[in-house]
Amino acid sequence: MAVAIEKLNRLGLNRDDYKGAHTTLCAGCGHNSITNHIVKALYDSAIEPHLIAKMSGIGCSSKAAAYFVEHAHGFNGAHGRMPSLATGAKLANRDLVVFGVSGDGDTASIGLGQYCHMIRRNLDMTYIIENNGVYGLTKGQSSATADLGSRPKRGPANRYEQIDISALAIELGASFVARSFSGDGKQLVPLIQAALAHRGTGVLDVISPCVTFNDHEGSTKSYAYVKDHDAPVNTPDYIAPLEEITVDYEPGTGQDVELHDGSHILLRKIGPDHDARDRMAAMRLLFEARQSGEIVTGLLYVNPEADDLCTREALTSRPLAQLPVEELRPSREQWDALMAGLA
Amino acid sequence: MTGDVLNDFCIQAATVNGSGSQSSNLVITKALHHMGIPVAAKNVFPSNIEGQPTWYDIRVTPQGYQARKRTVDILIAMNPATWERDVANVRPGGAVIHEAALPRFGAADRDDVSWYPVPFARLAREKLEAKPDLRKYLQNMIYVGVLAELIGLDPAAVEQGVRDQFRTKPKAADLNLAAVQIGVDYTRENLVKTDPFRVAPMDGTRGTVLLDGNRAAALGSLMAGCTVLAWYPITPSSSLCEAFIDYAERYRVDAATGERRFAAIQAEDELAAIGIVLGAEWAGARAMTATSGPGISLMAELTGLGYYAEIPAVIFDIQRVGPSTGLPTRTMQGDLSFVHTLSHGDTRHPVLLPGTVLEVYEDAQRSFDVADRLQTPVFVLSDLDLGMNLWMTAPLPYTERAVDRGKVLDAEALEQVTEWARYRDVDGDGIPYRTLPGTANPRAAYFTRGSGHDEQALYTEDPDVYAANVDRLRRKIEGARTLLPAPLVEEAGNRVAICAYGSTHHAVVEARHQLADHGVETDYLRIRGLPLHPAVAEFIARHDRVYVAEQNRDGQMEALLRQELPGELADRLRSIRHFNGVPIDAEAISDPVLAGEQAQREPAEHQAVDAHRVPVA
Ligand SMILES: Cc1ncc(C[n+]2csc(CCOP(=O)(O)OP(=O)(O)O)c2C)c(N)n1
Ligand code: SF4
Ligand SMILES: [Mg+2]
Repeated sequence: MAVAIEKLNRLGLNRDDYKGAHTTLCAGCGHNSITNHIVKALYDSAIEPHLIAKMSGIGCSSKAAAYFVEHAHGFNGAHGRMPSLATGAKLANRDLVVFGVSGDGDTASIGLGQYCHMIRRNLDMTYIIENNGVYGLTKGQSSATADLGSRPKRGPANRYEQIDISALAIELGASFVARSFSGDGKQLVPLIQAALAHRGTGVLDVISPCVTFNDHEGSTKSYAYVKDHDAPVNTPDYIAPLEEITVDYEPGTGQDVELHDGSHILLRKIGPDHDARDRMAAMRLLFEARQSGEIVTGLLYVNPEADDLCTREALTSRPLAQLPVEELRPSREQWDALMAGLA
Repeated sequence: MTGDVLNDFCIQAATVNGSGSQSSNLVITKALHHMGIPVAAKNVFPSNIEGQPTWYDIRVTPQGYQARKRTVDILIAMNPATWERDVANVRPGGAVIHEAALPRFGAADRDDVSWYPVPFARLAREKLEAKPDLRKYLQNMIYVGVLAELIGLDPAAVEQGVRDQFRTKPKAADLNLAAVQIGVDYTRENLVKTDPFRVAPMDGTRGTVLLDGNRAAALGSLMAGCTVLAWYPITPSSSLCEAFIDYAERYRVDAATGERRFAAIQAEDELAAIGIVLGAEWAGARAMTATSGPGISLMAELTGLGYYAEIPAVIFDIQRVGPSTGLPTRTMQGDLSFVHTLSHGDTRHPVLLPGTVLEVYEDAQRSFDVADRLQTPVFVLSDLDLGMNLWMTAPLPYTERAVDRGKVLDAEALEQVTEWARYRDVDGDGIPYRTLPGTANPRAAYFTRGSGHDEQALYTEDPDVYAANVDRLRRKIEGARTLLPAPLVEEAGNRVAICAYGSTHHAVVEARHQLADHGVETDYLRIRGLPLHPAVAEFIARHDRVYVAEQNRDGQMEALLRQELPGELADRLRSIRHFNGVPIDAEAISDPVLAGEQAQREPAEHQAVDAHRVPVA
């Protein structure tokens, strides 16, 4: 019997080593596609499975953390509280590759505060929002990321402004913000790889249609709508550290961004000329797209120089979790001096 | 002058907060301590930054009583807003040192106290070479001098007190000493002592230091190897976190590189604070947070996650008066039953109940061991009185003790075991084995979740699996009964006993002396943790009546005891409740016990024993 020879990554692992439990989500759910792209990105980037900490909140999307990299620790926390749990995990062990999966309800409503503060601290993690504009797990209630005027499956059109989690992230000083679509693996996989390589919060706002509750006519998060209105500004190529850059493009049509670990993200520009290092330009792009009803995708903004949380806290390079207690106590002399000062 | 009252009286400084009176009061406290006179200081302060009334009670007793006393023997009146009320509180025969400009009529017109008018403002203006804003602070240092001269504080002890207070600022120390001297000189030249209160050096503080519980908690956490602190500011717990940061910056920063062996995150709220703690503990670091009632309410959600997913965590609850925002700067033991079962569903958390500063230090260390051993959040319940006031305590002993990190399997240990399941009870104690993220062994990984899970940590809604799992959790926490410190028992075969916990202890000590003076000898049981140690029920079984004294309205500990004890023992309990926000005093216990025992002798006349108090300040 012929055995298919699996391609191995740099660590000698094959793609199956990055798979997780079997999905329990609906067939056709955008979240499942994203899971596949996550598997590919982690495999392509050859991340050590045991160093990955998979974090999530609560929701269909958050369940997905169980569906990739079985041999990584995972933490399906509480609704909207993943950023704080992830912050603690990273502080405790800065060697971990913290990888988060959230939903739009999880991030933009109950977890909005923690989302903002994670970004403000520039916690080094990859943070994917599987954005379907609806609460899937609780059966179709409206979400704060649904566009004004977008029609739910039942009831009147959405009367409220949407919270644009990408624009909000940029406003908050996020160091890496990309928007993508669950159906566009070609764009999403290198974006995930770049977010992994980026030292800081890598926000990936991924439109991920909910086939059960938000894929109908009138929804602005349906497969049909997204396909019609997807307006990519760039398609990225991820080049690992030390890898030769073979992609080349016409002058003025590409942007090369070097990330902290020496890897590169090469952005092939499409449509309007967008400089992904320009925060104001990214804001303008998102505002204009919202006006026109288009969904801009691609790497919107990146700032590889921003210090991440552990750097700002001047943490020792060794994981705090591994420091022996002797290194954490003052010496007896210091202690005696301290006590003498209290007498 | 009616005789001499030596080393046994209460001084109350009534000032305006934000006026620097805290320094003056600490100088007096420290000077007394340096003279060997046992001292107890209570700061009764407002929830405000500047301009509101604040009182500082300094009590000296030869016995070293640490509880608050209701009477005021010497009043230092500096606040016009509370002046009349403050004077009215002075006991007959007491003394009033006051700003001369304060008018002496109405309630302030008494002829049964000694008056010492001092023109503080004028003295400061005329005699102090300092800028006006600084003068405001120094004005309060003048009253230190007046008091010192009147009661006979040793000038050397006062100087030492000032130098302690301004340790890092020698110039400020000199300026303050000059202000003290102005008070001394004025008193010598203008005032005639007519009150009986006097101090003389004694040998009652040797081997003790002055320390607040919050600093002790910070030091205990430091010694336990806590590396992650996450907090959201709230009185009266902030000073615990700030102290931890202080000490960590002193002892945990690499001098050469500036690298830190700790992380202290001021979180966006208490939801995030406990989230950071749980995330850090999940990944293997020792982590803690400190908060008070409002923060505890917010932490309910994730504490339940910690309990169910079996993640260690240490939470200091420095209790203040609730409900809601309550009285933010007043003390209470009001969170006991809430924290013990915090969060929805069936939960139960170990709770440590330190009663002294030394115990706060020990329990802080112990809490991390208990949390690691049981893989569950642990609460340390302190309160504003214990946490923020200065207490006389033995110096905290240095620790070389190894820490107990509990059942953690590393990559190597995993090699040794043939089978491992995250939530399997292998040892029969309900405590499973855990692994940490980052463990280089493919078998280490598991998926932590707050939803239903089986032994392998896989999702399940199976009724039997669910029931077996939460029943194991119950057994696991049952183990805390003997893991937590046994109650402190003082027993001499009496039929009547007092039961207390936490900072109420200090009032009990004194109340028992008062009761003995009235012919009521009592035994004493001090509970040190929840769930209750078996020795608690045994003790109660040996007594006819047990008065449970606590600082809350509903008798929370008494209710908890009733719930656990067989009816026959529950019937022996009597509840004493003090809940006005100021620390409990001895009479709040001895009065109702006396009344109760009286009623016992005259069974026809039933008497209530609740000691509901009206606020005094
Ligand atoms: C505190 C709390 N409130 C409410 C819920 C119920 N709940 C579970 S998932 C969810 C919404 C999930 O929506 P989203 O994050 O968009 O995920 P999706 O299912 O759409 O992928 C809600 C409200 C909960 N688990 N916890
Ligand atoms: S309900 Fe929607 S979001 Fe949830 S699994 Fe089904 S398709 Fe996906
Ligand atoms: Mg959703």
